[in-house]
Amino acid sequence: MEALTWTGALTWLNPILGLSAAIMVVAYAAQNVVSLVPRAGSRSIGVDVASADQGLAGLFGNAGRYAFQTSIFLILIYVLAGIVFGPAAGIIGAISRQLLPVWLALAVTFVVSVIFKRKLGLYGKLFDSTVGMIGFALVMFWVFTGIFGGVFDMLVTHDSLSQVSGMKNKLPGTPLARAEVTDYPWFLLGGDNLARDVFSRLIKGSWVVIQIAPMATIFAFMVGITLGLPAGYYGGKLDVLLSFLANLILAFPVILIFYLLVTPEIVLTGLPSYMAIVLFIFPLVFVAVLLNSRYYTQPSVRTPVLIVVLGLFGWLYLSMISNDGALVKTSTYSIPGLPTFLDLFDIGPGLLVVFVAVVFVNAPTVFRIVRGLALDIKTRDYVAAAQTRGEGPWYIMLWEILPNARGPLIVDFCLRIGYTTILLGTLGFFGLGLESESPDWGTTINAGRRLLSLYPHAAIAPALALLSLVLGLNLLADGLREESLRD
Amino acid sequence: MGVFILRRLGVILLTALCLTFIVFWLTNLYPNLEKLAKTQGNFRMSDEAVTSYLGNRGYLEPTPVKFGQWLGVVPGWVTETQDGKVFGRCFQDGTPVAERPKFCGILQGDWGYSTVFREDVGPTVIKRLGLTGKLMFFVLLLMVPSALIVGVLAGMREGTRLDRSLSTFSIATTATPEYVSGVIFIAVLASSKFGISPVLAEWGWIDSKTLFLGSATSAMKDATFWNFFLPVLTISLYGMGYIARMTRASMTEVMTAQFIRTARLKGVKFSNIVLKHALRNALIAPFTVIMLQIPWLLNGVVIVETLFNYKGFGWLLVQAASNNDIELLLAVSVVSVVVVLATQLISDIGYVLLNPRIRIT
Repeated sequence: MEALTWTGALTWLNPILGLSAAIMVVAYAAQNVVSLVPRAGSRSIGVDVASADQGLAGLFGNAGRYAFQTSIFLILIYVLAGIVFGPAAGIIGAISRQLLPVWLALAVTFVVSVIFKRKLGLYGKLFDSTVGMIGFALVMFWVFTGIFGGVFDMLVTHDSLSQVSGMKNKLPGTPLARAEVTDYPWFLLGGDNLARDVFSRLIKGSWVVIQIAPMATIFAFMVGITLGLPAGYYGGKLDVLLSFLANLILAFPVILIFYLLVTPEIVLTGLPSYMAIVLFIFPLVFVAVLLNSRYYTQPSVRTPVLIVVLGLFGWLYLSMISNDGALVKTSTYSIPGLPTFLDLFDIGPGLLVVFVAVVFVNAPTVFRIVRGLALDIKTRDYVAAAQTRGEGPWYIMLWEILPNARGPLIVDFCLRIGYTTILLGTLGFFGLGLESESPDWGTTINAGRRLLSLYPHAAIAPALALLSLVLGLNLLADGLREESLRD
Repeated sequence: MGVFILRRLGVILLTALCLTFIVFWLTNLYPNLEKLAKTQGNFRMSDEAVTSYLGNRGYLEPTPVKFGQWLGVVPGWVTETQDGKVFGRCFQDGTPVAERPKFCGILQGDWGYSTVFREDVGPTVIKRLGLTGKLMFFVLLLMVPSALIVGVLAGMREGTRLDRSLSTFSIATTATPEYVSGVIFIAVLASSKFGISPVLAEWGWIDSKTLFLGSATSAMKDATFWNFFLPVLTISLYGMGYIARMTRASMTEVMTAQFIRTARLKGVKFSNIVLKHALRNALIAPFTVIMLQIPWLLNGVVIVETLFNYKGFGWLLVQAASNNDIELLLAVSVVSVVVVLATQLISDIGYVLLNPRIRIT
């Protein structure tokens, strides 16, 4: 077996891609420079956007746009050729074939969404903005990679934990030493410091991130909304108290909180379990109040709905906070929780403390945003109308104010998932929380940075992965903001 | 205004007190103390030995009492061992009775003793703060002007190619946390085997092996462009995008204002409109953002100082926290909390002073 090059049989395409990318950069840069020079007509009002297509600047702009389209087209060729030729098209080709299920899922998602985009509300409008689509594609790429790789165990080429002798710190594309017939014959992105496959760890790591970051953000939003709405709506002493507490947490440097909370010693005291008990009850409270305030005038509907929903959420809540049949377990005492046979899933203490810490750090910011929105919206006429109708305060908060605050909240939700991803990476970077062989990107970057100047591939791969996911989330948020402002 | 500042100072004091108590409580939980005893004494201590070690050093008193001792409002602990040695929080063994101070806490100016570095906390923190101050100075010097320029250029003509390119650039920088950009910079610019350094060295464009140095340890003594630029760039890049976006938002808002339209109708040159009419109004909001960004830089400082091995304040925080060095950690958190709250106060005051439409009653 020979070592793979990056592009294999498609190497002749590289200069063309390089050329078109260079033309794109130069043309766009030239357009920007030229547009700084005032022209006749540039002082007329309201035509600035249209005038970008005229004159020298417009010429450069068009050149740039064609070069951009060519580059995208060439990149698509790399991916498609990779699917057809596999490893013959180099590392990129092999990775591309390995990721075939992801490409299919992405294509299906996009085709279906674009066809039905007029019926899909805000989500459909996303497909009107290029930036939003690029962001969405990046995010969904990692979501599908995480699901296919993490849940179904597809995509990965080797076990993400097993060490293969002779593969320590090997470069990308190195053939596997002493490969069996059943083994995948290459380490596509090289081997790390402990001779594990970087590519497989990258895929497995995406699942850790895709699992934790959105969930933690949802919990932070539940906490922030449930506390922020009454703080903004009632104001007064409640607001003063809650705002003080939120500012208290915000005044902590994030890393100090992590270093204080996410240590094995703190896990021993059972403190994360107590925090989990408090923080995780907020979704339950939120759903209960949401349904009750809507249906309390029709007890025949409300009571069965509440019993079913609360039963389900209560079960999930108890499964989430109990571990081995105990809510809190320390060396000296333990509080019994849900019996093991009823426990749906277990979250290990290391993961739980990471989760709690991330929710704890994010919740105050969400609280402040929701409080500000509630303060603004409660002066609107429709709120006054609801008050005159005699609606209860929680109905007004959850069914009048909250739906009207959804635009900024959805945008912030996307941004916050990205920020949570960054926080998870920070935890991993300092070696806190998750165990050291965990494939998540932060921990991998931390493991790879010691040999950074000699073997950078082990740290660069997860770094670029994290960068692309967070960038995708930011672009998605930007697209959503643009589209929601349009109407 | 005076009353406002006084009230804010009161809140700051209260917040700092609450926060230090939380830090104090967390670091004084028993498993943390046990770890401290084992790292300071030896790892094979029996449980009784740990208890007596901690008891002799006043660690097992109730947390409020210990907190009071640290503050200096409760008399420090005094231990008399069986062999007749007398020592306490405020004095060593062998100090004459008359010279033994009763109180020694931060109110008396005593910040305690670092168990990791085996020296007084006060000077240690000040020395490290000085190093981080140097880093922060260069970060602000690079970050603020470039962020403002990017933001103003992007916001001056909304929707143009320039705006789109610069906005994408700022989104990309906010999406790149320090540990990602730092890793990429080191691999591309500061590795003697990868990236562009070997190429440049081969062509003879650079004298040293690498374009930049991947470790900033030598920058603690004398900082040069070569050994200090990468850490400074790494921190500034992450903070820059946010400030640039805020500046852009504020600039686009100002550019649609009536007085800009009036100026255009009067035939004022576009460059004059931007520089003389718009800029002054557009820079009010970014001032607040810049001040509020400083506490966020603290996070970046911790990451970058760890990554580039620059032994400043962030490095101190990591050392104190990972070794449960209680008094050092408390001093570090007091400093960082004061930084956070002081920048908030300055941003509020500055906002009022800059924006004549806001009045505080």
